[in-house]
Amino acid sequence: MADESNNNNSNDVLWGGGQSPFGVTYGKMMMWFFLVSDALTFSGLLVAYGFSRASSTDPWPIAEQVFRALPGLDGEYPLIYVALMTFILIISSVTMVLAVEAGHRNDRKSVLKWMALTIVGGAFFVGSQAWEWSHFIHGGGGGFQLAHDISVEGPEGETFNLKAGDMVFMDHHFGHLMEEHLEGNLQVVLSDDHGHVTLTDYSDHGHSVALHGLKLNKYVAGETLIEGAEMLKLWEARSVNYSFGANLEESEYAEQQSFGNFFFFITGFHGFHVFSGVIINLIIFIQVYKGVMEKRKHYEMVEKVGLYWHFVDLVWVFVFTFFYLI
Amino acid sequence: MERDDLIVNDNYALNAHHDEAHGKIIRKKIYFVTFLLSIITIFEVGMGIMFKRNETFTWTSIKWMFVALTLVKAGYIVMSFMHLGDERKNLRNAILAPYIIFIIYLTYIALTEGFANMAIDELLH
Repeated sequence: MADESNNNNSNDVLWGGGQSPFGVTYGKMMMWFFLVSDALTFSGLLVAYGFSRASSTDPWPIAEQVFRALPGLDGEYPLIYVALMTFILIISSVTMVLAVEAGHRNDRKSVLKWMALTIVGGAFFVGSQAWEWSHFIHGGGGGFQLAHDISVEGPEGETFNLKAGDMVFMDHHFGHLMEEHLEGNLQVVLSDDHGHVTLTDYSDHGHSVALHGLKLNKYVAGETLIEGAEMLKLWEARSVNYSFGANLEESEYAEQQSFGNFFFFITGFHGFHVFSGVIINLIIFIQVYKGVMEKRKHYEMVEKVGLYWHFVDLVWVFVFTFFYLI
Repeated sequence: MERDDLIVNDNYALNAHHDEAHGKIIRKKIYFVTFLLSIITIFEVGMGIMFKRNETFTWTSIKWMFVALTLVKAGYIVMSFMHLGDERKNLRNAILAPYIIFIIYLTYIALTEGFANMAIDELLH
């Protein structure tokens, strides 16, 4: 009999039901267990990223050189946009923890205020990620492969011995018109007049872009801008193989597809978490607004959704370091 | 149905609330952690922009510093924002210990195998 076998143990070492030995409610404990399993998933993804990168024989793009655009601005701002996104997420995590704190004081108004700010921050983050994806997919101007081996001189007199198939990159003004030209848009005309390569768009918002420079090693170490006569040599040596931005089959950023695939999967999976976090936050916000928590006399649900929200921030801290910084 | 997970009259109880004075102390701690996380992030971005990525000792040291700073940030988020530091020790260990042991193992095995592959490749060429 079970009762008899337990008789040797005194009651104070046995848990006889009643109070949870962990000192948390079932719901909160299960949220923690879910977060541990989710953390394992993200760790697996980041470790797989490290594995691919360590074992890759093709050059791996430097994230700093891939992600350096800001919406609506020309020029290069390495890591600034992603730092901004990180900052938005950290601040929304702070407003969430302030909502939880307000919940402990049964201060419904403050809970609503801080949760609303959290939702706004989360929405901003998802929007920023959408822009980042869009920019990554459209690319930074694209590039073409060389048709044959060629040697060009760099701005400091160094020689670059390039092989057929090596990538040469265009700037984004020229590249994006070139993409339209190649796609068969008849209103975009390419002219090559005594070394002045120009693309002209004859549509309603017509404009003209000249080729000023071509870049070597744009996304890996040793980025170099080639201008003038040397640039024209590269231009003449172009093949018919162009690459613009990234999709699931090819990308302008690297020969191997792992970099692009990991970008889509890791930031996509994280973005999905942020998106669902915003939705769950919104649901709890509506519940708080309707006074459900007042009836329950506690705001533990805010705490639970808060745990999830902090976890999303926590994951981003790791993605930021291992995907963008290192 | 009677719930057996509800705790009453305990620090951990659902009905344990704190007053405005205690809230002030908690908020002060929150703002301190916010400040710390922001400073670390700004510092990391600054270092990332200032230094070029290459195989030098400088950049390798900075990479390890990024990893260390990330763990500091993660520690503050988990222990302070997710207030795991205020939970009971057994819950804290039940969550952290299996995770940390497994991840150290996974990282070790993946990176060892990853670089091993590269070494073989270099031998062949």
